Amino acid sequence: MVSLLPLTLTAATAHRRGKALLGPVDYTLEGVGITMVIGPNGAGKTTLLRLMHGLQRPSGGSVEWAAPPIEARQNQAFVFQTPIMMRRSVLDSLAYPLRLRGMAKPEALLAARKCAHRFGMEALLDSAAPWLSGGEKQKLALARALIIKPELLFLDEPSANLDGRATREIEAILTAAKAAGTRIVMSSHDMGQARRLADDILFMHKGLLHEKSDATAFFAAPISPEALAFITGEIVE
Amino acid sequence: MNGVGQGFWDAWKLILGLDPDLYEIVFLSLQVTLSATLIAALIGLPAGAWLAVKRFWLRRYVIAVLNALMGLPPVVVGLFVYMALSRAGPLGGFGLLFSPGAMIIAQVIIITPLIASISHQSLRELWAEYHDLLISMNATRRQRIMALVWDGRRALLTASLAGFGRAIGEVGAIMIVGGNIEHATRVLTTAIALETGKGNFAFAMGLGLVLIMLAVIVNLAIHTLGKTERASTW
Repeated sequence: MVSLLPLTLTAATAHRRGKALLGPVDYTLEGVGITMVIGPNGAGKTTLLRLMHGLQRPSGGSVEWAAPPIEARQNQAFVFQTPIMMRRSVLDSLAYPLRLRGMAKPEALLAARKCAHRFGMEALLDSAAPWLSGGEKQKLALARALIIKPELLFLDEPSANLDGRATREIEAILTAAKAAGTRIVMSSHDMGQARRLADDILFMHKGLLHEKSDATAFFAAPISPEALAFITGEIVE
Repeated sequence: MNGVGQGFWDAWKLILGLDPDLYEIVFLSLQVTLSATLIAALIGLPAGAWLAVKRFWLRRYVIAVLNALMGLPPVVVGLFVYMALSRAGPLGGFGLLFSPGAMIIAQVIIITPLIASISHQSLRELWAEYHDLLISMNATRRQRIMALVWDGRRALLTASLAGFGRAIGEVGAIMIVGGNIEHATRVLTTAIALETGKGNFAFAMGLGLVLIMLAVIVNLAIHTLGKTERASTW
């Protein structure tokens, strides 16, 4: 299998109804580990992730994978800020991405059960997905994304609405996924989370990529004054 | 006229006495309308799902026309189907006029837009919810439609039942294309119209009661089978 990385953004921009949301952004995603996208609200974090994942086409510039597009689309997954729950049981929700790939039903269900076991969700298998609690939903969304063993995983503020315990569970799963070789790109508001998980940082401000650096270096001494203000807890507009 | 009370009494006697004429009519009504609902659902449900998922420039016009067709006057549909099926018409060779087949065709035309439109409305909401997920999972258009149809099946059931309701109570079109022929094309609604005209109120009321009960029973049966309105709300 050809790796879909590096993912290259060249002068990529995004507009909606004539309003610039993002860019131009030049960036190459490669290597391993967790890339954390941080920045104030409306900085373009979500748009950047959607653009990289291919949920949204760039209005200008290009977003290119190293692998052919069809293959690249198959090997990545996205976890949304508000988990999208299908009107199905947890078991069927987990099996669904595998079924989409043409896996036969008995095998998909077996894999879904194994996956639920791995994530400690066996007790919920027969529950209707939309009726889970917020933490369980996000965990299901994460499990559903990881069940296809994606090479690249995007997460848009996965623990924005979760309490400490649920956040810790999500972070443990992400750390394990990273150890298993999944390349992760996620956005977060939570600077504590960024410090705990990030290998490198993308700092976004007003639709532009202000800073890309190694996490340790970034938190020790951010280059731009906006980033410094942001991580020291000042309000950046 | 005996009054409503006497009518009710006579009606129950016919129903409980398993009057063969009455049950023949009931059976044909069910046969025609269930067939029409089935065919209309097979056309209307996928059409509604397709309209919810597919974006094309004519889409809003198609939806507007569909919504307008929901109010199609049955008599006019009857007229068109009559002309098409009559000996001189383009489909005259099939000899369908004044047969249950003709009645099914007319009812399919009347309720397909209704089923398509209602299913489109509910699937559009489901699609708005699922859109990002299914695009992200790289589902093909066919897979997207299948997911919507399956997960929205209860809403689609409701759409089909609305179609059934309209068809079973419809009289204008089937009167014209069926001809209300005794032991051949007489159904509940046409029989009620005829018996009322003849002043045979007891029989007409009996038929009317059966018609209402039939609509209720079919709805209850399908909801029970479909396990709707139970623990889950969708």
